Amino acid sequence: MSEAVIQVENLTKKFGDFYAVKNIDFEVERGEVFGFLGANGAGKTTVMKMLCGLITPTSGKAMVAGFNVFGQQNEIKKNIGYMSQRFSLYEDLTVIENITFYGGIYGLTNAEIKERAYRLIEMHGLGEVKNQLLASLPLGWKQKLAFSVALIHRPQIVFLDEPTGGVDPITRRQFWESIYEAAHSGITLFVTTHYMDEAEYCDRISMMVDGEIKGLGTPTELKQLHHAKNMDEVFVNLARKKEFIE
Amino acid sequence: MQVAVKIENIRKTYGDIVALKDISLRINEGEIFGIIGPDGSGKTSLFRILATLLLADSGTVSLLGLDVVKDYKALRKMLGYMPGRFSLYQDLTVEENINLFASLFGTTVAAQYDIIKDIYSQIEPFKDRRAGKLSGGMKQKLALSCVLVHKPRILLLDEPTTGVDPISRKEFWGILKRLKAWNITIVVSTPYMDEAMQCDRVALIQDGNIMSVDTPDNIVNEFPARLYAVKTSNKHTILTDLRDFEYTGSAFAFGDHIHFTDVRTEFTNDELKAYLEEKGHTDIDISETTATIEDCFIELMRKKI
Amino acid sequence: MNRFIAFVKKEFLHILRDKQTLLIMFGLPVVQVVLFGFAITTEIKDASISILDLSRDHVTRKISNKILSTGYFKLDTYLDHEGEIEQAFKEGKVKEVIVFGRNFATEFESGNARVQLIVDATDPNTGTTLINYTSAIILDFIRGEYPEAGMFRPVALETRMWYNPELKSVYYFIPGVITIILMIVSTMLTSISLTREKELGTMEVLLASPMKPAQVIIAKVVPYMILSFINAVIILIMGKTIFGLPLEGSLALLLGETLLFILVALSLGVLISTHAATQQVALMISLFALMLPTILLSGFIFPVENMPLILQLIANVIPAKWFVIILKDIMLKGSDITDIWKETLVLVLFCLVFIAASVKNYKVRLE
Repeated sequence: MSEAVIQVENLTKKFGDFYAVKNIDFEVERGEVFGFLGANGAGKTTVMKMLCGLITPTSGKAMVAGFNVFGQQNEIKKNIGYMSQRFSLYEDLTVIENITFYGGIYGLTNAEIKERAYRLIEMHGLGEVKNQLLASLPLGWKQKLAFSVALIHRPQIVFLDEPTGGVDPITRRQFWESIYEAAHSGITLFVTTHYMDEAEYCDRISMMVDGEIKGLGTPTELKQLHHAKNMDEVFVNLARKKEFIE
Repeated sequence: MQVAVKIENIRKTYGDIVALKDISLRINEGEIFGIIGPDGSGKTSLFRILATLLLADSGTVSLLGLDVVKDYKALRKMLGYMPGRFSLYQDLTVEENINLFASLFGTTVAAQYDIIKDIYSQIEPFKDRRAGKLSGGMKQKLALSCVLVHKPRILLLDEPTTGVDPISRKEFWGILKRLKAWNITIVVSTPYMDEAMQCDRVALIQDGNIMSVDTPDNIVNEFPARLYAVKTSNKHTILTDLRDFEYTGSAFAFGDHIHFTDVRTEFTNDELKAYLEEKGHTDIDISETTATIEDCFIELMRKKI
Repeated sequence: MNRFIAFVKKEFLHILRDKQTLLIMFGLPVVQVVLFGFAITTEIKDASISILDLSRDHVTRKISNKILSTGYFKLDTYLDHEGEIEQAFKEGKVKEVIVFGRNFATEFESGNARVQLIVDATDPNTGTTLINYTSAIILDFIRGEYPEAGMFRPVALETRMWYNPELKSVYYFIPGVITIILMIVSTMLTSISLTREKELGTMEVLLASPMKPAQVIIAKVVPYMILSFINAVIILIMGKTIFGLPLEGSLALLLGETLLFILVALSLGVLISTHAATQQVALMISLFALMLPTILLSGFIFPVENMPLILQLIANVIPAKWFVIILKDIMLKGSDITDIWKETLVLVLFCLVFIAASVKNYKVRLE
């Protein structure tokens, strides 16, 4: 079971004199739901971007899905999926057009796209709306679809950047159920969120403060360590308040 | 208690979409009133109507006894409105932004310093920094200072805490509570259910309907069933197993527990425990718990469906 | 009033901090003036000409040799009769045909000799330059032959501009450039800066404040008015110093009319912003719906008189067309207000219509 798909050692990213990320270490195992928390500007986005192969770290080591973030960014991109609350799908394309587009981006053949699009639509009961513009769908559906699209090329790891912002509580929970489903099929999920209760749904979490990882472990471990009732208290304990430039 | 905001049968449609379905609401003077609901529930339309910026299709709204349509000019002097995702002028400094907003309302920062001091003093050390270079929490404080600088009688804050980290959010609510001393009526919306507890009263809104209006405590107390928190060693399968239990009323994940209700009035822990053990769960922990606003919200949503 | 000044100040800060916009605003005019100015006044070298010599005597030979020895011209062919002129131009081989009248030498003595210069004026500026060069050479020849003649010219120089009878000279571009720049700065930048407030969400706050919508607009427009005016003055100074642009008429009138046109352009910018929800849309409208017609139909590059009737009619609703006429009249003809009151009135009307439409469209609320 314990096979690390993300290995990070001493990873650092500097912007000028400013350490956005400072000597962080962690590992994420296959099939794990890994919560990546931190205050605004703590460096979460920078780490995500490094792991997705979008920016090159200043120093340190990081392997993602078996590939090095130094030099093998293209291989990394082929083996990961990405979904964020802000951007994911095109509002002015239909459901099916969106799926086809992303399938094409990841180099799937037409037959594969067709087959996977069909299954996706079946799975989420989108049959009736598949030819509707995305803009006309409720937010919850869009998010579900965005998530499945992020999975369309069967990536080893999916990065979810605040995937549930603004959704109603029921849809939010349904979304987490699909996250678990994906985890059971062996996909690793790397999730950021501002909902502290969602942190508890993760197998393990890391808490970033000022560019460093100040807490790492299962929610239960962290709560015990900080004598906290819930993750909210852990967060407040760890992230001592400090203002800095984002 | 004086009524500060009186909303009567407000309806707002955009083409075929009904954003607000004949809602009515009364907000008292000096209270922190929360409009709690997810994106797309109609919060922003409601705020724009309150801010005199949007005309409702039908119904009336009055703030401080003034009609939002007829008396909008007079009202605009008394309102402090912070739209959702409000961004300041990114290329102006902190000080330039606040000075601009002060002069917009015909006042100066110096004249109003007492009311904004609590907030503005925290960002004043950075007054020469461009607003675009502030962190999320600081931006939010600056934005609040800007809409507060003319001492409005009613503050309308549309999702001020969205996208802001939990610590800055807590701080923000602290600030709002201290503002009560100035007898300002604060209407604030949020998609974070846990923030409801910070309000004096809240309205739970979903799909353009107000599902419930009360104090957070009353809403929580009126949760219709006994609620149990269930936890076992297997986080991933507990939920589906609980849903398969024949007497399950509802089962939803809440942090590291599942909040569970039983359709029967008579319920014993042991029965459920036996069922879960049979399903292969270990370390089973079942205890009665009190509902949160989110439990109530879910319950109200389910009732509607 | 404080409110207003604070707002104007803020607007200036936006402009001054946005280096790109500043560059567009002040760099563009300079580049455009220089580009248009110098691209148009290129030197003539080895221009192909044909000569139709109907007398073939010693004087015409001397003149021809003098012309061909300057290095500016290159002989293509000698033509035999007038019918060949058309053909020579159509084949595109020659830029100019010099025609010497019959009995040139005899007529030259009696002062009745005739030379006709015909140029291909499809490129008007090359055309003028060719005429100027050729005439200068011929006049120089006459002075050499009759040093005592003074102003007496024994030769009648007759010029024909083919394909573009009313030749536009290099100066004519400067008014065009001023017009375009004012359109860009005033219309495009105002509409963009107003829609930016919508995008930022600050417009919502401004609307919800006691500041009147008209105040917001005027305050946003004032800085651009000042900057546009400075710009116009810079271009005028450049035209005067670098290209020796004449200013025959009154400077005060010129500046007054410029200010009027700036107002037209600004009110148009405001009108666009009331329709556009995003900066991108504002940019598209200003660029494609306004800039192109302005450049093409204002008579700046292509003379309106030569256009099909339908385009001439459309050109009438392009404010720039009227401003180009006003500028040319004041600068080149020395016209005063009594000559151009009609054009001025048209601009005033445009301005009123745009303002009225903006006010009608401008909402005290959101849609």
